[in-house]
Amino acid sequence: MFSQLGDRLKETFRDLRGRGRLSEDNISQALREVRLALLEADVALPVVKSFLEGVQQRALGEKVLDSLTPGQAVVKVVHDELVELMGARNDALNLAVRPPAVVLMAGLQGAGKTTTAAKLALLLKDRENKNVLLSSVDVYRPAAMEQLRKLAEEVGVAYFGDGDDALAIARDAVAHATTHVMDVVIIDTAGRLHVDDEMMMEISRIYNEVSPVETLFVADSMSGQDAVNSARAFDQALELTGVVLTKTDGDARGGAALSIREVTGKPIKFLGTGENVEALEAFHPDRVASRILGMGDVLTLVEEVERKVDRKQAEQIAAKLKKGKGFDFEDFKNQLIQMEQMGGLAGMLDKLPGMTDLPDHVKNRVNDRETRRTIAIINSMTARERLFPALIKGSRRRRIAGGSGSQVQDVNRLLKQFTQMQKMMKKAKGKGGLAKMMGQMKGGTPGMPPFGR
Amino acid sequence: MPESDETRGLFARLKKTRESLAANLSGLFGPGSAVLDDAAFEDLGDQLILADLGVEVSTQIVATLRRQAVSTRVETKEQLNSVLRMKLLEILQPSVRPLDFPAASAKPWVVVMVGVNGVGKTTTAAKLAHWFTQQDLKVMLGACDTYRAAAIEQLQVWGQRLAVPVIAQQRGADAAAVAHDALNSAQARSVDVLIIDSAGRQHVNTELMEQLRKMNRVIQRLDGSAPHETLLVVDAATGQNALAQVGAFAASVGVTGLCVTKLDGTARGGVLVALAQKFQLPIYFVGVGESVNDLRPFDAEAFVTALIGEGG
Ligand SMILES: Nc1nc2c(ncn2[C@@H]2O[C@H](COP(=O)(O)OP(=O)(O)OP(=O)(O)O)[C@@H](O)[C@H]2O)c(=O)[nH]1
Ligand SMILES: Nc1nc2c(ncn2[C@@H]2O[C@H](COP(=O)(O)OP(=O)(O)OP(=O)(O)O)[C@@H](O)[C@H]2O)c(=O)[nH]1
Ligand SMILES: [Mg+2]
Ligand SMILES: [Mg+2]
Repeated sequence: MFSQLGDRLKETFRDLRGRGRLSEDNISQALREVRLALLEADVALPVVKSFLEGVQQRALGEKVLDSLTPGQAVVKVVHDELVELMGARNDALNLAVRPPAVVLMAGLQGAGKTTTAAKLALLLKDRENKNVLLSSVDVYRPAAMEQLRKLAEEVGVAYFGDGDDALAIARDAVAHATTHVMDVVIIDTAGRLHVDDEMMMEISRIYNEVSPVETLFVADSMSGQDAVNSARAFDQALELTGVVLTKTDGDARGGAALSIREVTGKPIKFLGTGENVEALEAFHPDRVASRILGMGDVLTLVEEVERKVDRKQAEQIAAKLKKGKGFDFEDFKNQLIQMEQMGGLAGMLDKLPGMTDLPDHVKNRVNDRETRRTIAIINSMTARERLFPALIKGSRRRRIAGGSGSQVQDVNRLLKQFTQMQKMMKKAKGKGGLAKMMGQMKGGTPGMPPFGR
Repeated sequence: MPESDETRGLFARLKKTRESLAANLSGLFGPGSAVLDDAAFEDLGDQLILADLGVEVSTQIVATLRRQAVSTRVETKEQLNSVLRMKLLEILQPSVRPLDFPAASAKPWVVVMVGVNGVGKTTTAAKLAHWFTQQDLKVMLGACDTYRAAAIEQLQVWGQRLAVPVIAQQRGADAAAVAHDALNSAQARSVDVLIIDSAGRQHVNTELMEQLRKMNRVIQRLDGSAPHETLLVVDAATGQNALAQVGAFAASVGVTGLCVTKLDGTARGGVLVALAQKFQLPIYFVGVGESVNDLRPFDAEAFVTALIGEGG
């Protein structure tokens, strides 16, 4: 229906053969198209405006790679910025409280709260072996409780809730879970409009009564401009901890995701991808960003660019290493993978030149279980971050932690460890062994994965 | 509910929407800023986009108004507002059409509710059942959402409350078979209006769209002219995806009209303007709440007022 962003940009830049750095002119032309794409995707207008201002700043002076037109280069900046804004892949529910952990579902009518409650119950039961209780306090919608009761049965968890006093049901549900030593209670609430004061009051009373550790705002990916208003109102009333975006199996571009993220600042944790109880996926910021920008063509474009960039970078790294200069996360990761493939790590470690000098606490961290985690953390870094670890500051650390399912402390620890290793490497280079070895490892570097997922 | 109460209800419910928009527009049409410069038109475009009219339609409207402003010497923002109002009404008026039970209809008159998930099909089916019952018509409901958990029970509760019979089978049954059943008993009991609720489905899901077509084919075995109305339910909070929804459902099952729900929120449903312009379908009803009384025939004047405020 809409012409795709990629096509449009081709039109806009047909006559422009840009090289060097992005000019103000290049940027504003491209951003006009990007603005349209974002609005057609239903990103809220104020969010579009502030977003584009940010991008303009960032894009100015950015180098245009040989392989790209200025328009493509801008799109890449836009895409990267969108991914950054969307936050990391973060589907972990925080359930680290004295059980039962209470999860509260909130949102507008028909958004998908009840269905998502059941999906989450199934996920927690199957993936984390949790003993889950589903409870509906929707005393208004005809057969709302029956719906959740049936879904509970379907996913194989217990159901609690009957009667017409929402607050009492919520309280009793938590009490029931406590006496039955259950791990999690998911409380499904009635759909409500954010301007319905009485109903907003009801849900905040429920919130205060059950002190949820997770309060999830369930939002329809088809929502338009008004998504910011409802999200903001729910966030103010309830202190949301996360967002679930539903019905992404349709063809809505889902700009509401960006709007909601922007006004609440809360992570999007899951995507609903269908009606059945298994259709729940972790949120992938890059996929959603591509979709908002306008379909696969942009994604392909950006992936292509990333691949080119990565290949170039890989070559650079190899060259750099051959010269025995610098040691970055990409190298570290390859080294870890290599080690893993070569079998036991602990044994390997001692044989590596330079490694014997590592302090014990660093060495101890490098056990086999930690290797996986370390690789996961590095995987969550972007190509640039891997190359320039100094870039990894506060918000990036959080993003990386979220993306790899680890804690910020883990990332901090790894960064520290990495700095120590860099020093060791310098020493090792002096001894002449490692650089040569790394050079060999690099031989025939396979294409590195696009994106830091 | 008495007539006067209902009208009061409508305006009370639309008031919040209007207030929020009035706040937005006060800078545009308020006193003090009387000049129509580029910024004024740009603002106007922004306001239309904020109301979900979409970039394309908003841009078109602003361009038209710019031309008109020159040719008809529109000089103040008040005048501009009234030109805007006229333009919106011009787009929407053709979509104003009552959904009347045709006196000469073959019985039963079959109305099928369709739409994507969670928009309000079942609730609107109940509201319509109430609407026609109040006209002393004999109404029946068909519970053809056999997929979603407790969808059948949901419709049955409405049926009980309204004293309207609901034809249903168990969950998982073939929706087309239930529709066949429902039409069969409606014919046997000389029902005037049979309203068939269907399961929500994404319009891109070809398999589910095909099931809807199959339901129609099965109905047609009993009555070649059925369904007489296929109503697509659209959530007022929907953004530009509504265009794709209407396009796909229309192509697949031949939508005859729209019902727009949840206009009692702050979403202004501006995408209706785009829908009216693009598809020229009747907009029969709007939903302004969760009870059976919260159904209003579409009123373009009231809608435009809610969209751009009182001015003009
Ligand atoms: N296609 C699709 N449908 C979904 C998804 N999530 C929910 N639904 C459907 O959306 C409709 C509404 O879902 P519910 O879970 O009943 O929504 P709710 O928010 O509990 O609704 P209320 O309680 O009435 O406010 C149902 O038809 C669900 O099957 C999804 O990710 N994809
Ligand atoms: N505020 C408001 N809520 C509405 C309106 N119409 C429906 N709803 C609510 O929206 C939610 C979904 O309505 P349903 O009638 O179950 O929607 P549906 O399209 O049948 O949903 P599925 O069958 O699951 O696809 C319910 O909570 C309704 O009470 C309306 O006009 N205003
Ligand atoms: Mg529900
Ligand atoms: Mg329904």
